[in-house]
Amino acid sequence: MRTVVDVRDVTFAYGEKVAVEDVSLSVDAGSFLGLIGPNGSGKTTLLHLMLGIKRPDSGHVELFGEPADAFEDGERIGYVSQRSTDRGEAMPTTVREVVTMGRFAHVGRGRLSATDHEIVADALETVEIGDLADRRLSQLSGGQRQRTFIARALASEADLLALDEPTVGVDADSRERFYDLLDDLNRGGITIVLIEHDIDVLTKHVDSVACINRQLYHHGDTVSFLESDALAEAYGAAHGVVEHDHP
Amino acid sequence: MSLDTDESPAVKTGLEAGWLASHTTRERVELLAVAATGAIAVAMLAFIVLDWLRFAPLPAGLDATAATLFEQFMIAGMWLDFYLGTNVFRFTFVWRSIATGALVGVVAPVVGVFLVHRQMALIGETLAHTAFAGVAVGLIFIALTGWTGSLLFVALVVSALGALGLQWLTDRTDLYGDVPIAIVLSGSFAVGTLLISWGRDFAAIAIDVEDFLFGSLAIVTVEGSRLVAVLSVVVVAVVALFYKQLLFTTFDAQAARVARLEVDRYNTLLIVMTAVVVVGAMQILGVILVAAMLVVPVAAASQVARSFRETLYLSIVVGQVSVLAGLGISIGASLPPGGSIVVVAIAFYLLAVAFSDHSTGAISVH
Repeated sequence: MRTVVDVRDVTFAYGEKVAVEDVSLSVDAGSFLGLIGPNGSGKTTLLHLMLGIKRPDSGHVELFGEPADAFEDGERIGYVSQRSTDRGEAMPTTVREVVTMGRFAHVGRGRLSATDHEIVADALETVEIGDLADRRLSQLSGGQRQRTFIARALASEADLLALDEPTVGVDADSRERFYDLLDDLNRGGITIVLIEHDIDVLTKHVDSVACINRQLYHHGDTVSFLESDALAEAYGAAHGVVEHDHP
Repeated sequence: MSLDTDESPAVKTGLEAGWLASHTTRERVELLAVAATGAIAVAMLAFIVLDWLRFAPLPAGLDATAATLFEQFMIAGMWLDFYLGTNVFRFTFVWRSIATGALVGVVAPVVGVFLVHRQMALIGETLAHTAFAGVAVGLIFIALTGWTGSLLFVALVVSALGALGLQWLTDRTDLYGDVPIAIVLSGSFAVGTLLISWGRDFAAIAIDVEDFLFGSLAIVTVEGSRLVAVLSVVVVAVVALFYKQLLFTTFDAQAARVARLEVDRYNTLLIVMTAVVVVGAMQILGVILVAAMLVVPVAAASQVARSFRETLYLSIVVGQVSVLAGLGISIGASLPPGGSIVVVAIAFYLLAVAFSDHSTGAISVH
């Protein structure tokens, strides 16, 4: 199977503080990887290293078979950053304007074509917010805003979707529908890397888990993760998975 | 300015079906306002160019044509004086100030709309103070060397260097982002005042520094208006060319990096354009008030606009109307232009707040 992201012996530090130490993992095309770990464990830093927007101090990262920091096909990656639901609170952007940003890497300095607009419209319909296209982002609920950012990633026709705690501030019902949408997209062939704190939600949807607290404690399928001691080791205390519902 | 971003297929179909049928009353009024603003900007640009060309070494006949066309502006000024009962619009320097102000009213919000929504509203104030240090450097340099170049050009160079220095400092400090801004703001002003005080001890400084602090119609020189004309064309062209990139990096810099947009390069571009606009606006508005034109029209437009594109267009309209109305008040009541323009702009902002349906606040306060 084709490897989308390949991380080899990567270490990264902010000054003296090591955030990621000697981590190796790979993400295959079409897989759904969950990144989990305590607060400040280096998850976001690892994701940024995987996406090539940070350079490792040592080690090597490949993205779609190319060195990540030299990778230039930005349109192949859709990214939803931490606290993205806060974006657009003050800036008067419409949903359509945000989703259209997904086409910018394709067109560069050129003009958007009719095809670009059709792709944007299709992306809006796919995440079921076509009727909200001309609303200001600030008028949307947290769940609708997340769908907007996913639509932006779809508009870029991304092969890889990277999401950093995308459901912070989103109500439980919207979260479930959001993860169902991710499942659908993954079944459609999009590779997904997801940072999520809720272990229960994570293990229900992803097919593999990387557990990190500076170092990598586990990387494998969901079943092997649940059977391992990785969680307790990474969090430094006895941890287990408790099944619960999101009312 | 043509900004190609999110023109929906629905809008395009509407254009084909008929302009009137495809737009709401609000859209029609806005489009007319934007068209009028653009027409005024082009006319004022033409005035400055003709003012330039009539004395330029042109092939035989062209200089006379330029002079004849220029005369039409002056005749229009006399008619204005006749109908308004004034005695100001017949003077070239008044038209020069109005033309410079009208262009500043357009380009300041064009840059400001990105600054405000990056929460960098105070950077204009900082770069204005850097430009003040530039004016001081220029005054000393001219007094010492007898150089006949433009004082504003020196201010432009110093302000642009200050902008790059500020970005360098911001990238290399662990403190909050507004700390380097505060340091550069006060530091530039300190250097400016020291240089002027020091220079007065041994050189004749012919310019009233207060004019630069509070703005004055009298300090809009021929060179100053030409500089603003050229810079306005460049700034509008750059924003039109890189609108998509500036929008994306403003909205979500991290996602823009992932999409392989050169975020740092666009940040530098924006901050240098800010320095350029500030130097142009400083003549009319003064160092103290120049940031207002970058911020207030955008704040007003953000309250009522329904999209980023609409914010940009409305802020340009508010910017230019504020400048023209402010200059009118300034001329009519013999008041400083900077204060008059800013008060008009703030009146627009308060009106926008009063009639806005975005009650949660379009601009966050930190």
